[in-house]
Amino acid sequence: MTAMTAPMGKFGQSVKRVEDSRLITGNGRYVDDLVLPGQTHAAFVRSAYAHARIGAIDVSAAAAMPGVVKILTGQDLVDGGLFALPSGWGLTSIDGTPARVGVHHALAVDTVRFVGEPVALVIAETRGQARDAADSVFVEYEELPAVVDMVAALGPDAPQLHPDIPENRAFTWDIGNAEEADAAFARATRRVSIELRNNRLVPNAMEPRAINAEWRAYDGSMTIHLTHQNPIGMRVLFMMLLGLESENHLRVVSPDVGGGFGSKAPAYAEELAVAFAARAVGRPVKWTAERTESFLTDAHGRDHVTRAELAMDDHGRFLGLKVHTLANLGGYISTSNALVVSYMYATMLCGQYAIPAVHAVVEGVYTNTCPVDAYRGAGRPEAAYVIERLAHLAAREIGVDQAEIRRRNFVRAFPHQTPLVYCYDSGDYEGCLDAALRLADYQGFEQRRAEARARGKLRGIGLSAYVEACGIGPSKLLASLGGGGNMWESCEIRVQPAGSVEVLTGAHNHGQGHQTVYAQIISERFGIPMDRITVVQGDTDRIQAGTGTYGSRASVGLSAAVKSCEKIIEKGRQIVGYMLGIDPGAVDFADGIYTSAATNQTVAFTEMVHAAHAATQFPTDQLEPGLVATSFFDPPNFTYPAGVHVCEVEIDPETGVTEVVAFNAADDFGNVANPLIVEGQVHGGLTQGIAQALWENAVYDPDSAQLMTASYMDYGMPRADSLPEFGLAFWPSPTPVNPLGMKGCGEAGAIGSPPAVINAVCDALGIAHVDMPASPEKIWRLCQERQEAL
Amino acid sequence: MYELAYSRPASLADALALLAEDEGAQAISGGQTLMPVLRARLAMPSRLVDLLKLPELAGIRAVDGGIEIGAATTHADVAASGEVRAVLPALADLAGGIGDPAIRHRGTIGGSIANNDPAACYPSALLALGASITTSQRILAAEDFFTGMFSTALEPGEIVTAVRFPACQRARYIKFRNPASRFALVGAFAAQLPSGTRIAITGGGHGVFRWREAEAHLDSGGTIDAITEDMLDLAHFTGDLHGSAEYRHHIAAVIVRRALTALA
Repeated sequence: MTAMTAPMGKFGQSVKRVEDSRLITGNGRYVDDLVLPGQTHAAFVRSAYAHARIGAIDVSAAAAMPGVVKILTGQDLVDGGLFALPSGWGLTSIDGTPARVGVHHALAVDTVRFVGEPVALVIAETRGQARDAADSVFVEYEELPAVVDMVAALGPDAPQLHPDIPENRAFTWDIGNAEEADAAFARATRRVSIELRNNRLVPNAMEPRAINAEWRAYDGSMTIHLTHQNPIGMRVLFMMLLGLESENHLRVVSPDVGGGFGSKAPAYAEELAVAFAARAVGRPVKWTAERTESFLTDAHGRDHVTRAELAMDDHGRFLGLKVHTLANLGGYISTSNALVVSYMYATMLCGQYAIPAVHAVVEGVYTNTCPVDAYRGAGRPEAAYVIERLAHLAAREIGVDQAEIRRRNFVRAFPHQTPLVYCYDSGDYEGCLDAALRLADYQGFEQRRAEARARGKLRGIGLSAYVEACGIGPSKLLASLGGGGNMWESCEIRVQPAGSVEVLTGAHNHGQGHQTVYAQIISERFGIPMDRITVVQGDTDRIQAGTGTYGSRASVGLSAAVKSCEKIIEKGRQIVGYMLGIDPGAVDFADGIYTSAATNQTVAFTEMVHAAHAATQFPTDQLEPGLVATSFFDPPNFTYPAGVHVCEVEIDPETGVTEVVAFNAADDFGNVANPLIVEGQVHGGLTQGIAQALWENAVYDPDSAQLMTASYMDYGMPRADSLPEFGLAFWPSPTPVNPLGMKGCGEAGAIGSPPAVINAVCDALGIAHVDMPASPEKIWRLCQERQEAL
Repeated sequence: MYELAYSRPASLADALALLAEDEGAQAISGGQTLMPVLRARLAMPSRLVDLLKLPELAGIRAVDGGIEIGAATTHADVAASGEVRAVLPALADLAGGIGDPAIRHRGTIGGSIANNDPAACYPSALLALGASITTSQRILAAEDFFTGMFSTALEPGEIVTAVRFPACQRARYIKFRNPASRFALVGAFAAQLPSGTRIAITGGGHGVFRWREAEAHLDSGGTIDAITEDMLDLAHFTGDLHGSAEYRHHIAAVIVRRALTALA
């Protein structure tokens, strides 16, 4: 590709992703590809028990095996001064006490609390030698009773996981106003209620977790190559946990990262142990998870048990909402999970509806399972599932259409302050609903239902009107809710002497297409071809400041880029003013050309760049040479993407198999920078959401607490041939909270689709509820009951 | 996986010798079951003896009244074979529905039947069609070959070399897929043979079996619609995460009816 023919970027264009040809031809560079001089390899000794007291650990046989460099136990790490993994969010219970955080050592000390928890670490010359030796580390366990069910875990007979945390209850937190909610319920003439389970999921990033840590004894510094969504955040955390002298003594690099879905945002025990080990052995230590390790230890998603009740008047107007949720934390509180189950979840329970009185309680419960954390949507899918299942039941109760019940309750004026902290920025919920209904040919549904009936199939239609919170910020609000603030993003733009542009961002691309979208936006602003622009990310030696990528934060990072572009253009204006001998205020800039309307002279952007670096055409005591701009953008509010999903299913009553035969979605992502990329994000999200509703389910054996679904033989991943062609439409209400008007799209598909699918299944069967996943046997049994009832 | 030796013998005789001289040696064909087992360190053979390129196990041949498929033939080759499709289209369809493309291009018919996974597809075809299995030592009827879950009549060191099927235009395999693994949660192979209707069911849990009650019902003039799970011994079925014994039992009857209806 030459500069002459290279495409110019434009906001809103479906530019093909420039990173893809490299990635899909095997030229990605992932952590596991990196081999350092003196490389050693790590393997973990993991607990086969869900709950056990650790006795003696005999490493003598393993230590004598070929190639073994060192073996570390949990006690070695504690003795070496390694800190335990923290909960990254401070949550306060209703009674004013802080959340009780069970001590989470990188390698278990005294007690193991879930199957797969690492107990010891073997470092050897080769990966095979490390594995062999790990098999020969003998750990004495005194098995303890284990509990995986949250209700049981809170009960009087449950084994207690952490010594100082009675009833396995980490916190009982609430939001909203209980008295107002009670009053609304007292006023209400109609009510619907539901008990539901939001099933536990395994994230399944294509690239497993990996780290390669290198210690430099000569200056006490460390470099960690880590597959992660937030290398800059990990630098601060690992610096503190390892007790390094300063941030400058730790470089974290996240090169190509093969998917995260949130599961690569936490700080993990294994990675911390490997970093410690690199210092202990003085040689680089590498670990890449095997798929079984991913199943057992990548932070799982969801896992709620919820009771919810909606109060209405006779017309189906929502008056009040009460929600009580048990959130399964797993054996420990993972980095962001206290946030995920509270302010990412319960704040969104009103959905798109103006509900005046709400009260929600969330109890965090420890169980002998893998820790839970953010997974595509992180709390917001759980909230949408609750309110959208209730909305479906409300329509049944009042006897109105699914669309009509929503219409009667939509928020119609923006900004809209909810009773749950957040203030929705913008939207057109009814317009979006109508767009979705047109897309889905909602009017024609009953005909399709009758036609399916003639073929022996039960056809159902389900709606879901979701709203979520993206582009996390502002920092001050997050800090007031219990976080550390720090929710801005930075962007440095360096314009090089020959005119190429380097963009340094603290956001991290692991599938989102940042290389393309940053280039698109900067290309358009500078009027230079996209291939002149390179996005640099994921290396703390190059990017000092940033927050990473999660919760659809592209709008935050891109807004910082826009600010830096404006600074560059403005400086260019001053340079051109000197070059032309006119007032910079009289210099216009458009399409890559500075012009003086008065003198009819022009200076191309690239000429200005040369001049900026040559520093000969302006007085350098009045204007600094060079062309670099750094900006930070702290959003004044979250953005609130919203949309309506319409799902149609057909059920074979003889087998219970549910087929999604149509899925249409109209989404408000605000302005869309690149529709092609956004559609890809929606397809991926819908696929994961439909999969949660129908196939995916992480199941622990209730007695042994072994993970029963620890491979693809038992964990139901979605496949392309199980999905319909998706129908998508955008219904944008640009947000005022960032200069691009973008809201974010990464989680939307996974948030809106599970309730749409289950609502469709319930519609097909004429039932109130079925828990996810709606497996064939479950549905077959419901069909049998239905048959008997007829 | 653990460290092991690997051999790719040039002839069946060499393969048999390698297996005979080392008790820890293990034959491998497409490896679609064995490789995951090795990867998970659940087996520790001293040597793998690769059968995939043995000339004696290769090829698809028309034989008198039917077709013979070499044991090392992949599922993809069976699915794409004009010869197979001409005389036994249901078998080509079955092979084309095993696993996913990657599995079909590695997995072999010999490997599948020697492993006799209780949820595998092929054993039901062999049993329903009355196929015969040629090994390095003898010829076995399918009826005698499959002896239970993961168990066959093969002696240690005995290698399947080919499977011979009769021609049959009126046969149908229906697989009710496990949504996770895509193995048969239940699979049913129905065939109209000159001797009568034959029905074999896989996925029940204890290994492939014939549903003789349904066969007798049809051979004595019974209707397809009258075939229900009431005629089928529930003891053939076990339950797991993906379906109870009762559900599999029910599904077996459903897919048998559907397979028979497709034949009728």
